[in-house]
Amino acid sequence: QGPLQVSAALREGRVGAVELCQRCLARVRDTGFLNAYISVAEDAARRQAEEAEKRYQRGQPLGVLDGIPVAVKDNFNTAGIETTCASNMLKGYISPYNATVVQKLLDQGAVLLGKTNLDEFAMGSGSTDGVFGPVRNPWSYSRQYKEKNTSKSHSENEDSEWVITGGSSGGSAAAVSSFTCFAALGSDTGGSTRNPAAHCGVVGLKPTYGLISRHGLIPLVNSMDVPGILTRCVDDAAVLLGLLAGHDPQDSTTIQDTFKPFELPDSIDIRKLCIGIPKEYHVPELSSEIQTLWSKAADLFKDAGAKVIEVSLPHTPYSIVCYHVLCTAEVASNMARFDGLEYGHRADMKQSTESMYAATRREGFNDVVRGRILSGNYFLLKENYDNYFVKAQKVRRLIANDFVKVFGSGVDILLTPTTLSDAAPYVEFIKEDNRTRSAQDDILTQAANMAGLPAVSVPAALSKRGLPLGLQFIGHSFQEKQLLTVAKWFEKQVKFPVIQLEDVKRHDCSVFQHQKSVSSL
Amino acid sequence: LASWVAVVGLEIHAQISSNSKLFSGSQVQFAAPPNSLVSFFDASLPGTLPVLNRRCVEAAVMTGLALNCSINKKSLFDRKHYFYADLPAGYQITQQRVPIAVNGSLSYSLCIDNKMSQMVTKTVRIKQIQLEQDSGKSLHDDTRSQTLVDLNRAGVGLMEVVMEPDMCCGEEAAAAVRELQLILQTLGSSQAIMAEGQLRVDANVSVHHPGEPYGVRTEVKNINSVRFLAKAVDYEIQRQIEELENGGTILNETRAFDSKLGCTISMRDKEGKQDYRFMPEPNLPPLILYDAKTLPANMNHQQVVNIDWIRERLPDLPSVKRAKLVELYGILPEHSFTLLNEDGLAEYFENVIKHTQMKPKKVIGWILKDLLSYLKEHALSVKDSPVSSFLLADLLNLLERKEISSSAAKQVFEELWKGEGKTPLEIVKEKQLELLQDQEELEQICQAVMDRQEDEVGAWMLW
Repeated sequence: QGPLQVSAALREGRVGAVELCQRCLARVRDTGFLNAYISVAEDAARRQAEEAEKRYQRGQPLGVLDGIPVAVKDNFNTAGIETTCASNMLKGYISPYNATVVQKLLDQGAVLLGKTNLDEFAMGSGSTDGVFGPVRNPWSYSRQYKEKNTSKSHSENEDSEWVITGGSSGGSAAAVSSFTCFAALGSDTGGSTRNPAAHCGVVGLKPTYGLISRHGLIPLVNSMDVPGILTRCVDDAAVLLGLLAGHDPQDSTTIQDTFKPFELPDSIDIRKLCIGIPKEYHVPELSSEIQTLWSKAADLFKDAGAKVIEVSLPHTPYSIVCYHVLCTAEVASNMARFDGLEYGHRADMKQSTESMYAATRREGFNDVVRGRILSGNYFLLKENYDNYFVKAQKVRRLIANDFVKVFGSGVDILLTPTTLSDAAPYVEFIKEDNRTRSAQDDILTQAANMAGLPAVSVPAALSKRGLPLGLQFIGHSFQEKQLLTVAKWFEKQVKFPVIQLEDVKRHDCSVFQHQKSVSSL
Repeated sequence: LASWVAVVGLEIHAQISSNSKLFSGSQVQFAAPPNSLVSFFDASLPGTLPVLNRRCVEAAVMTGLALNCSINKKSLFDRKHYFYADLPAGYQITQQRVPIAVNGSLSYSLCIDNKMSQMVTKTVRIKQIQLEQDSGKSLHDDTRSQTLVDLNRAGVGLMEVVMEPDMCCGEEAAAAVRELQLILQTLGSSQAIMAEGQLRVDANVSVHHPGEPYGVRTEVKNINSVRFLAKAVDYEIQRQIEELENGGTILNETRAFDSKLGCTISMRDKEGKQDYRFMPEPNLPPLILYDAKTLPANMNHQQVVNIDWIRERLPDLPSVKRAKLVELYGILPEHSFTLLNEDGLAEYFENVIKHTQMKPKKVIGWILKDLLSYLKEHALSVKDSPVSSFLLADLLNLLERKEISSSAAKQVFEELWKGEGKTPLEIVKEKQLELLQDQEELEQICQAVMDRQEDEVGAWMLW
């Protein structure tokens, strides 16, 4: 099921690393229609698997991740493997270095299967706006979804019914959800790991800002980005976190404190917990299903003896607008380096440097990126800076203080929905533009990025349409252990069903057979 | 004609003398093969992050202390955006909001009426010192319609020193910059050689009638030496006065100094004023500096920069060195200026003093008149002098012991200058320049002369 169990299988020799790698690569091929992967590094992966197998044979595995196939979002630098950010600007770009988190995975013996698809430069909430096309949610092809969509489910029309993964780390979420790998890296700036995790029925962890190195993560918003972890269960997320967290001298925004990896207890005393329900997250756009699910979850904690109280984060309604200003400003700045001179796409324009820059950037960036650059530059103009940028920073401080107050008053964990509803069909989703969708979809996840807090989305139940619904837990700064402990307890209670993927050749392999009970809330 | 007052301020960029760049580990080296000193960060590869170089911070603190500044215990980094081929990231990391040092002063001296004997001390306020990145270099190849970009210099640490408009002419500006150069070289925070681009000076110049508000200022760039600085500033002052007296106006523009023509030329840009869209640098936390009072007890001193620790280790600044020379050796203040102005001359002088019995007040004459003029004539630096301080000391000893006359000494000096490896004593013997000490011998020579000139002697004795 996850790295821990597979690792045991590898150690015990029940399966070899090479065979495991082959099966995963085969699955990547078989699920190609999901468009979850941009690059698949078959040869490199096989070599890594061979090395791992040798180590297991010697009885000297590097650790729990040795030989475990993983995938990485295509906005992380990977030496020797194309890093495109799903943009024309970086098509064909082969980075000379590994992101710190990628290096850590490789140093642990993980087998890097490939780079996953995303919204261009991580801008979006659907994984629909990259140059390699949209990612399809594996649940679109699940028996659970098909059963509930009998009305138009003739095979010819099937193709138009598929639902989005959410974004922007949709490729990574889909890769984990469809069993092509055991864990994947995403990134989270406004919800980009938690959103697709919720839609794809996997665990999506956003760590505290400053805990995991961003060196090598191509930035969207430097002051909010974090590498995100996507796995099929909470324990696996904790394992990955333990291997990735810690100070990096190459990233001056990582904290100096030594990080102590932890194991999650199998049981906790829920009665000691105080769960906060922020009333401002009861937005009108919330689907009734999600509302009900949220209430049920609160009751679950209450019935187990936890203190469940309503709390207020009064500045929540301003976070989207505030995010819009700060995000676009940073985007305008971060994208300035893409001029075609040193790397990436260069337009065939020789009249002048300026004309070359202009053509390169027009050709290299999609409308979403260019729109944000224009907005951001506007907000950074001298005459606008105080009214927009500085104001937004002040509002950001207010938002962060909301959390400080609530957490300081005895609340351990906040419980909120992750998304407004289950995943939308692609044809519906694209009816609105990226900016509108992002503003809608980020509303429940965005504030945690503003405040730098850790948050995790855990699959909770299936919707009426047979699609995953997730719920979000937000914790104290650097208290990932408490956060994941509570998340694990919740995961155990809800027993979220395993995806029943059809239309995909299911290999007869024991490693995939670990099934949670099929009961749903 | 109504009188005019000129107002001159300076923006000086000094390249920090350090092994590696301000935010990355690539090497700092002059004249290396193009693009051989470029790290991933310098090339702005996506995903790379800045890491602050401790040595650069120390250099800035040292410089700030030497210029009597307040060191900001918390300073911030910002991004300054503009597109140019030699700026790979599309922005420069600088300190626009809160720089590392503010509100200092620099004292410098000028000779009045070109007489070394009358020196006057002036002060210029230092507005601030900020840390920032240097850009790369672009070379425009017009024949092939291309621009060649060398990023070796991109990311090298700079200290921008801003001098308030307290100066009034080219001479003052030049003297202030010269003193700053000496200070930086003494501290070792920058080698400050203008010819190698380690010290770049932009002048802000305006003119007005006394009692009236300041005029519109222009910025003058492309000044490659201290001498050209004085020329450029004076030219620009003149140009502005003439322009205004002819009923024209001064534009707030940037002008380039043309050293061949000796004038400033407008660099009128196609677009209007640049908006640099300053934004805080999100990848660098605020720079926190400590002093003895604020340093936490258990803090590893390797991890922090302690202002007091740096202050205690500052070397003697030029002004202090000069005062010491004057006090120790009884030389004139203007002499001390010349000694410090020439690289290595003060050390040369002191070494001669050590090895000779001649009084410093006499030695200084040999140093400043004889040695220095020979060096200037042959365009040599002190360290390349064919006459070492030991040789000169030997020569001066011969003179002091009256073994030779002073005119003979000058002849010997000229011989020594040929650098043939002979000692002063050897030259004296070779050219028979010894002063005759023997009384009897002297009498014999005089007698012989008088014998040959009987008539003259006779006439003299009658008289």
